[in-house]
Formats: sequence, C-alpha cells, structure tokens
Amino acid sequence: MYLTRDPISPGRLIAEVAAPHCGATCVFLGTVRDGPKDGGVTGIEYSAYEEMATAEFDRILGEARKQWPDCRVAVRHRLGLVPTEEASIGIAAAAPHRGEAFAACRYVIEEVKQRLPIWKKELRADGTATWVDPQGRPAMVGPESQR
Amino acid sequence: MPSRDFSRAFKTTMAATIRVKLFARYAEFVGTDEATVTVASPAKVGDVVARVRALPGGKDIPERPLVAVNLRQARWDAPVSAGDEIALLPPMSGG
Repeated sequence: MYLTRDPISPGRLIAEVAAPHCGATCVFLGTVRDGPKDGGVTGIEYSAYEEMATAEFDRILGEARKQWPDCRVAVRHRLGLVPTEEASIGIAAAAPHRGEAFAACRYVIEEVKQRLPIWKKELRADGTATWVDPQGRPAMVGPESQR
Repeated sequence: MPSRDFSRAFKTTMAATIRVKLFARYAEFVGTDEATVTVASPAKVGDVVARVRALPGGKDIPERPLVAVNLRQARWDAPVSAGDEIALLPPMSGG
C-alpha cells in the first residue's frame, strides 16, 4: 500500500489523513529533477526491496505516531520509471496544529532517505543510465567506487 | 576410557545453505538478484557476505555492505541461520 507504480495523487493522500481534530496538513512531494548540474535527466528508474521497504515504512510511521500521537500520516513511494517533474514520493501529515504536521512530515522524509531500501538509476537524454549514490552524486560502477 | 563429546566438533562442521537477495548495482555486479551460498554453521552476517563476494563479480561488492536479515538492517556479527532472508543493500537512495 505504500509502494505504487502509478502517479502519486496528493489529493488522495490529503483525503487519507483528513480528520475533524486536524487543523493543519503538511504535504511533501519529492519530484524527479533535472537541474543545471544533473546532465539532462529525463527520468529516474526506482527499484526496491519491496518487502523490507513496506516493513520499514510501517516502522517509520509507527515512530511518527509515537512522537506525535494526534498526527495522521499517509505516504506513497513510486517505483519504476518516473519522468522528470513527476513525484517519486508523497507524504501528507495532518495534526491539530502546524508544528506537529511539519515535524511529522519532515521526520518521515528524513527517515526514508536514511532507511528505505530503494535505489534510483538516473536516465539521461544521451542514453546513459547511472546509479545514484545517497549524496545525490552519480556513483561510478566498479571497484574504484567502493573505496 | 573417557567418553568423548562430539557435539561441539559436529556443530562446527554443519553447513547451512543461505539464500541471499541482491539489489541494484550489487545484482548487476554478480549478474543475478538471488544467490545461494553455503556457510559453516553457526554463521554470522560477515560469513555470508564473504561467500557472496567470492562469487564471480562479487569482489565489486564492498567488504562491508549494508545487510538486512529478515527485513531489518543487521549488524556484521548478527547470527544467520538456514531459512533467514538475507539481503545485501547498496547505499540507499529513496525519496
């Protein structure tokens, strides 16, 4: 339920967390970028260890619920080819007040970056494809890159 | 003649067959997304990784990759038993 191969609908995430006691909803979308230094990225191919990613999302959302008990969080991560400008991840966090909503939303994306077993391969207009390392720089493939 | 206890010697010669999932660039290095290795039992995470790195292409996997045991990141010295789900995880880049 956290992983999808379809485009992410922020409206659906917002609807999932809506509740009468919540007066603040924070939405985060991570989108595929082709910045000036990214070299003509046309899309990113996302692959996952799906069973572990689901278990890890369960744990991360459980931790968020523990820290902000009145907060409601919904999340989707997209897999497969995601074109530039489209969302690879969407998070909605609703809480009684904006402080908790921002904090819970931030917590989930930061933990995802650290812990979710998902990998991205950048596809470029020139036909090349490169695995991306966690710092966001393309990683060379081969033993030299492992030092 | 004293009795002799072979249980300890027997234990160290037992072998466990472990299935290991590989992802992203590690799967590309070895050319498969699942490998089967045999380790002496009782085994630790590090023993399994050493076996995987001994496979053709496996040397490109770092000496100490992230490893998950049964869907959780595991320490290098965590015990591994036959039937456990082991996975070698390249640096993660979700989000």
